[in-house]
Formats: sequence, structure tokens, C-alpha cells
Amino acid sequence: MNTLKYQSQAVAKPYFIFALILFVGQILFGLVMGLQYVVGDFLAGAIPFNVARMVHTNLLIVWLLFGFMGSAYYMVPEESETELYSPKLAIILFWIFAAAGVATILGYLLVPYSTLAELTFNDLWPTMGREFLEMPTITKIGVVVVALGFLFNLGMTILKGRKTAINMVLMTGLIGLAVFFLFSFYNPSNLALDKFYWWFVVHLWVEGVWELIMGAILAYVLIKITGVDREVIEKWLYVIIAMALISGILGTGHHFYWLTTPEYWQWIGGVFSALEPLPFFAMVLYAFNMVNRRRREHPNKAATLWALGTAVMAFLGAGVWGFLHTLAPVNYYTHGTQITAAHGHMAFYGAYAMIVMTIISYAMPKLRGIGEANCNRAQVREMWGFWLMTVAMVFITLFLTGAGVLQVWLQRLPESGEALSFMATQDKLAIFYWLREVAGVVFLLGLIAYLTSFWVTEKKA
Amino acid sequence: MSESFTKGMARNIYYGGSVFFLLIFLALSFHTTKEMPKRDHRENLTEAVERGKALWEENNCIGCHTLIGEGAYFAPELGNVFDRRGGEANFKAFFSGWMKAQPLNIPGRRQMPNFHLNDEEIDDLAEFLKWTSKMDTNNWPPNIEG
Repeated sequence: MNTLKYQSQAVAKPYFIFALILFVGQILFGLVMGLQYVVGDFLAGAIPFNVARMVHTNLLIVWLLFGFMGSAYYMVPEESETELYSPKLAIILFWIFAAAGVATILGYLLVPYSTLAELTFNDLWPTMGREFLEMPTITKIGVVVVALGFLFNLGMTILKGRKTAINMVLMTGLIGLAVFFLFSFYNPSNLALDKFYWWFVVHLWVEGVWELIMGAILAYVLIKITGVDREVIEKWLYVIIAMALISGILGTGHHFYWLTTPEYWQWIGGVFSALEPLPFFAMVLYAFNMVNRRRREHPNKAATLWALGTAVMAFLGAGVWGFLHTLAPVNYYTHGTQITAAHGHMAFYGAYAMIVMTIISYAMPKLRGIGEANCNRAQVREMWGFWLMTVAMVFITLFLTGAGVLQVWLQRLPESGEALSFMATQDKLAIFYWLREVAGVVFLLGLIAYLTSFWVTEKKA
Repeated sequence: MSESFTKGMARNIYYGGSVFFLLIFLALSFHTTKEMPKRDHRENLTEAVERGKALWEENNCIGCHTLIGEGAYFAPELGNVFDRRGGEANFKAFFSGWMKAQPLNIPGRRQMPNFHLNDEEIDDLAEFLKWTSKMDTNNWPPNIEG
């Protein structure tokens, strides 16, 4: 059965499937690292912590990028009311990106990182070895090529079709993503400058342009599942992303407190980043408001749950947990502790992992030719996945927060001489790390429930 | 939201507001990069420090450690390790011994790999950590433990 409005939307399917495969890898490596936190020498020879961590975070970034690309390929033809400019290009780019991604991850796992740097001629243009931007320079160039082809394809589609607000916001978000990535090629030998511009990628992605992408996807799904007037939803979208950028751009300053940078960043970064929860709070109001004002009963209840869930969890993870340690006098003590880890986990899951699963939940039944929604049994299984993963992530965040508070108390607050050393402090945090690992296993069970829901069918009568 | 507040107005706030704050951000960033030479002591950035930074990156040290609070939270902060482990008098001796003793192979303890650096490379890395410890970080970290 064909249930797609535009046939070229089908190119989204391999992107979504591959994203979920990488997601599984991310979680497995997360569990390895979680165990290494308490059993320090677990697999230390085969997968040293730094390798596991690089795989964990890079898989996250890459699967989210696959998810964003899939979302764009799915949404843009329907929003533009025309077929995709070149489905063939989209498929070619899929294979290039997938091959580059897999090769890079294998490189991390199979050879020492310094050998990978040597093999990829890092000394000619050193960009490796910086947090989240560990991929070899050649991979980075590949990402730029894929991004250019992707933006060209979408741009040409939108040019010949309808230019909706959702399309424009999605495009500005994706162009911003590509533009800010270019800062990853700048790696001066002065560490202070290096760190300063590193944030132009990291912060302006996750607390900037990615929020536009998230907003556009959420708006699209809300229009589809609630049937509320597009004018209303798009007005909210503009308000939310306006707040996101107005707070988030100068909010970058909350990373410039301890970086050989002028003190005014402590005020500017503090004030503006303290406003960063507002767009996320507005997103919660808006998602619930639209679902309450729905004009149709969409049969895909699971997609509705994801849409509401992502708004709430993004507000908690990015908004509330971000605010906890964003003011300079607090950040002075919490910077680089488990508090940061707690915030990072819930923010990425709530805002970005969940928004990708929202659109996958909405689009997959159509991409697979099932129809508007999966059968009831499959949806129930998917919602088990939702709740197990989400509740597990809440607990991961709470345990890491507990670890972080105790770490600050023992290691940061006392004077030199009285403070516990880093390693001695870590021993005291073991109970939190064990509990976090248990929550991580529950998360994996949720992920398995979620993935198996794709194979659940109605019981034969 | 009321009907008098239209989508067009919302759109203008989005484009206008974003461009306005982006320009402020760029202006402040420009000012900051002009100010940084006073605080980052770049005049002491020798070739050894430069080589040390490359070694730091090519061995993915940030995958376990933090450096001025950024990185992974698995192993100690190294922005001030120079001061914590001996300073001018003793750091280099300590550091060289430490690098060569890895992996410690203490059962159950978090394990640092051996990166097989030669003496010259260990010295370069030490120079990089020393240089980093002397950056003006507005008094961060709060104490010597990092």
C-alpha cells in the first residue's frame, strides 16, 4: 500500500533506520563507560575509556544528523508541495555519509587514536583531538560535502515549491548547522583561542540552530497530528525560536567565564543563558495547548506522546538542568563536574533524541506503507519504549546530579589542603555511579522495546 | 495568543531579534579576541608548547580528562596539574615518571593507557600543561584539586 503524498519522501527511510542503528551503538558504549566509572579496568585494554567516550558522543552526533536529514527529506517535499529536487542525490549522499561514519568509528576502535591521526595526515591540518570534534580532518571535509549536497537538494526543492514558515525555519537551522561547523576547521595553537572558537560550533549548535530544527520538526508534527490551523502553529514557532536565539546567542557567554576572557561575559552570559529555559517552557505550553485544541483524533497516539514528551524533557534537561549551573557564582564550583554530565544527558535526550523519535514515530508508518499509524499493539509496545527510556533518563540525570552535588561538596568547596582529591572523591561517588548504570540498563531495555515495536503486528483473529 | 499579534509580527521579531543579537555577539567576540592577549600570555607560547598541544590532541587526552573544566569527567582536571604536582621544581620529574608508569594495573582502578611517548615528547607535553596552568582563568578552579 502506498501512503506517501510525495514519492520522493521515501528517501527519508534509510536515514531513519541508520540513525536508530547508530543509536543502539551509542547506548552500548554508554553502558561500557558507565561500568568503567566503577570497575575502572573493565575492558581497559580493548576499549579504553577515551575511545568509548569518543564513540558514544560521536555516534550521538552522527545519528542525530542522520535523523535531522531524514526529517528534512520527509518534511520538505510535503511542505513545498512538490517532489524532492533529486532523490538520487539524497541516496548517494546517504551512502557517502554512512560509509564515512562507519569508517571513522572503526578507525576509533581498531587503531590507537594517534595512529588514526597519522593515517589521516592530521599534522597537515590539525583539527582532531578536541571534545566532540574528534573525527579526522578528512571526515570533517566529508561532512561539509554531504551538508552542501543536502542543502542544495533541499534548497532547489523549496525554490520550486511553497515556502512555508516551517520550511524557512528548518532551512535556516540547517544552514546555520553547516556554517557553524566550519569553525571546527580552525584550531589555533593558542589554547584560549582554540576553546573560544570551539564553542562557536558546540554551543551555537545545541543551544542555537539545532533548536530551530527541533522547533520546525515539532511544528510540522503538531500540524499533522492535531489539525490545528497552520497560521496559529507557525506563529508560535516564530515566537519560540525568536526566544531561543535571542537568549541563546549571547547565552554562549556562559562558556566564557573561565577562559582568559573579559569578566563582562559573567554578566552577559549569566543573564542571557538564564533566559534560555523560556523557549523550552513555551514549547511545553504550546505542545499541550495544540494537542488540547486538536481538531482531529489522529490514530497515531505514540507520535503524540513523543511530541509532548520531547517538549517536557527538553524543558527539564536543557532548561531547568541548564539553569542550575549557568550563573557564574554557581558555575565556579560546578564547572566540569558530574552536574555538567547530568545536564548533558537529559538535554540531548529530551531535546534532540526525542524530537528525532517524534518524527520517526509519525513518519515511519507512512514510509513503510502501513498507513496513518501502526496497529494498536505496536503503539503500546512503542509507548513502553518511550516510558522506559524516558524514566530511565530521569533517573540517570538524578543520580548524576547526586554525584555532582557530592563531588562539589567534597572536592570543590573546601580550601586547598582540605579538599579531597579527584580520585578520592570519585571513590565516594561509587553508589551513584552504580545506580546510574542500573538506570542505563533499564534505558537499554526501553530501547529494545522501542525497536521491537517495529515488528509487532495485530494478533491474528 | 491574541489575534492582534500576527504571524508576520512574530516572524519580524525572529529575524530582527536574531540578527540584532548576533551582531552584538560578533562585536563582543571581536572585542574579546582583542583583549585576550592581555590574559592568555601568548608571548610565552613556545614551539615546545605548540608541539605539546598537538600531542595532547593526537592522543585524545580530552577523552578522559578535563582541561579548564571542559572534556570528560573520568580523570583529573589537568589545567592546574602543573601546580598540583610539583610546580617549577618538581613537575617535570613527576610527570615523566607518571607517564612511564602507565598503565598502573591496579585491579579495579581506572586505568590510564601508556601512550609510548619519548622523553622529548613528554617534555613538550609538560611544557603545554605548564603554559596552560599560567593562563588567567578568573581564578578557576576554586582550589588546587581542580
